[in-house]
Amino acid sequence: MRALDDITRDQLREDIPAFREGDTVRVNVRVVDYKETKKGLEKRERLQAFEGVVIARHNNGISSTFTVRKISNGVGVERIFPLHSPMLESIKLVRRGRVRRAKLYYLRQLRGKAARIRERRF
Amino acid sequence: MSVGLIARKMGMTQVFAEDGSAVPVTVLSVEPCKVILRKTAEKDGYDAIQIGYGQPRRHETRAVQGHYAKHGHEVMGGLKEFRVSPDEAPEVGQQLDATMFSAGQKVDVSGTSKGRGFAGVMKRYNFGGGRASHGAEKVHRQMGSTGQCQDPGRVFPGKKMPGHYGNERKTIQNLEVVRVDAEANRILVKGAVPGPRGGLVEVRPAVKGA
Repeated sequence: MRALDDITRDQLREDIPAFREGDTVRVNVRVVDYKETKKGLEKRERLQAFEGVVIARHNNGISSTFTVRKISNGVGVERIFPLHSPMLESIKLVRRGRVRRAKLYYLRQLRGKAARIRERRF
Repeated sequence: MSVGLIARKMGMTQVFAEDGSAVPVTVLSVEPCKVILRKTAEKDGYDAIQIGYGQPRRHETRAVQGHYAKHGHEVMGGLKEFRVSPDEAPEVGQQLDATMFSAGQKVDVSGTSKGRGFAGVMKRYNFGGGRASHGAEKVHRQMGSTGQCQDPGRVFPGKKMPGHYGNERKTIQNLEVVRVDAEANRILVKGAVPGPRGGLVEVRPAVKGA
């Protein structure tokens, strides 16, 4: 893969905070929707926040992704974001979590109190 | 038909499009390409151009050396012909590079697919195979029936069966050119192309579609 790094280098984002699994992040996603107006289809862009626990990170250059899990209306929702996607307006680190796994898939089986993650302190 | 290029497959990666979507791309590094000679209908029976590509091998046979010398060129890595109508053929000695193509254009890419040796029907023809459990014995990856009974009493020709798979010339049509890097002489096409990394492929303007 290293041979192709120079192709993707200019698309890598440098404004990504250091975060790891167990951390809680707030991802502002650009959402583009088209609205029917008198002048025809109008393109509108707005921001949508998705806040939850990072349960996995997949590090692979431009193809890197991270998975965020949150409980929405009692239903677990997971979204996989491409780390370097231009559709992410910003990623904000909300809380650091202390975990002992790289992939927190066990959280899917837990809910409520059991799914808490202890805060990481320095 | 029109002029194409010889390129080396560097591998796959992804780039983000303007609308934010991730586009899977194959990076093709164009080999140094030069028009060695023009074949004409009156002399050779058909119209084509012969293109030399790549770095020459350390020792080339005298016969091949003679062929280049006859037309006044340095020895190159290999030769390939493209059928071209005489009015659009490039001049002899002209260098061809990635700028021949532009972003958004559709291209056909030909190459030798990865060899899989003697492969079963599941890999070769995407057959479903048998059950993994529920009493299935020795039939997990078999092909099932090959036909009917005493009438017709034979297997029809063309029946898909295990056999040699891969290592043959394959063409993928209508791949979109995502980016042309003139400086590095590279083309990024959307999607996969045949062959292993480092393999040689031909890139031509698409014959079908716009």
